[in-house]
Amino acid sequence: MSAPRPFRHRHLLDIASLAPQDVVQVLDASEVFFEVSRRPVRKVPTLRGKTVINLFYEASTRTRTSFELAGKRLSADVVNISTSASSVTKGETLLDTVKTLEAMRPDVVVVRHSASGAPAYVAERLACSIVNAGDGQHAHPTQALLDAFIVRRRLGTLSGLTVTICGDVKHSRVARSNAELFRAFGSTVRVVGPRTLLPPNAEALGVEVYDRLEPALRGAHVVMVLRIQRERLEGALLPSLREYSRTFGINERTLAYAPPEAIVMHPGPMNRGVEIDPRVADGPRSVILDQVEAGVAVRMAILYLLAGEAGAAPVA
Amino acid sequence: MTPSFAPDELARCVRRLAAEIADGLARGAGAPPFALVGIRRGGVPVARQLAREIAAREGVEVPVGTVEIALYRDDAATALPDPKIGPSEIGFDVRGRDVVLVDDVLETGRTVRAAIDCLLDYGRPRRIWLAVLFDRGGRELPIAPDFVGRVVEVPPATRLEVFADEVDGTLRMTEVSS
Repeated sequence: MSAPRPFRHRHLLDIASLAPQDVVQVLDASEVFFEVSRRPVRKVPTLRGKTVINLFYEASTRTRTSFELAGKRLSADVVNISTSASSVTKGETLLDTVKTLEAMRPDVVVVRHSASGAPAYVAERLACSIVNAGDGQHAHPTQALLDAFIVRRRLGTLSGLTVTICGDVKHSRVARSNAELFRAFGSTVRVVGPRTLLPPNAEALGVEVYDRLEPALRGAHVVMVLRIQRERLEGALLPSLREYSRTFGINERTLAYAPPEAIVMHPGPMNRGVEIDPRVADGPRSVILDQVEAGVAVRMAILYLLAGEAGAAPVA
Repeated sequence: MTPSFAPDELARCVRRLAAEIADGLARGAGAPPFALVGIRRGGVPVARQLAREIAAREGVEVPVGTVEIALYRDDAATALPDPKIGPSEIGFDVRGRDVVLVDDVLETGRTVRAAIDCLLDYGRPRRIWLAVLFDRGGRELPIAPDFVGRVVEVPPATRLEVFADEVDGTLRMTEVSS
């Protein structure tokens, strides 16, 4: 029996930096906190005296609330800072804020920013642990980890699966992080959507590219539906939401292309009737609300693993 | 006393402890249903074996739960995140019940303090008892067991932990001297 080891990362910036065994360690710890979240008293004293700052430069309800609850259920002191990225020049604002934060002596700072790489920028300048809660079109590692948590619970494995990601893959940090994670475990990742919303270098990412739902969903174990952002219409990347819905929307008719045991995921927030039909979103194969519940547990696991002394003495 | 931790001696200790618990709870008006809760990880196989012994002896099925104390340690804020952490499992209502916390080895009492705190997060038991297979002394908190399989003397640097054999479920003891 090999000795288990402490978590060997100081920050969580993306999925690409994690080895599969690191992912397994996070998911195993998440099972512990998932159980905590279902007790009569949903709080443990583990991070008493630790400070977690949520620094959100982008609108977010679900992710911020999830991190806030995660910190509070671990008994950490949680401070939320929401700022509009548009008001000041990005670099200056970030640096100024970071200096202010440093004086508050946080143990973990959770960063969401519209600029890719912002969390890494902060990580270089703060002594504490940084968690990326979504940066630009780069990465959303806690979303991919919570998706993996649900998939492992439902399907028993992360390997040998076929995961189909539908929609605006090109602009999606969720898609990128999930593709990296599932590919690392030897699963096949497919992407499907209008050509204008698929990354030009999709093959380089190691994903299979489809332009029709039927072949993309055939044999899929997991159907991940991405939110269609309305601003894509203005960018002339989409002719109309109705046409998108007809061609790429996941409804009872198109979901029938996938095997009956396939599960349907959505990172939220949903555009009901656009990328996903309400009957699918609320149907028996949907795990969308399970994803939300798992999100708190997975974020508790991340805070637990990073906020201990291991975070202060990283292995390079 | 030089301890002997051979499997048959462990089995005898567990049988004795099971009898003590059953008698003790009857005396203390610990009206059934009571429950056993093993403290992860060493207390869990002991609690399971105790339940089997009590079932054989008294003909009652005693529910068994587990508590993970890593999240409640008094050094949680400075200790490394525990890589062996696992979920607590309390599949019954603890409110109003007599609950017997079970651990393999009692030393400082810090683990028991953490286990009590964890258990209380599931509700308010009527009474919490403490049963340990081995009491090796060395308390650092005011904690006293209600039921003891055997008092042992071991050098402070020696680590003891009970585990269940993966093949036949027999209780075994690891004894590591550092």
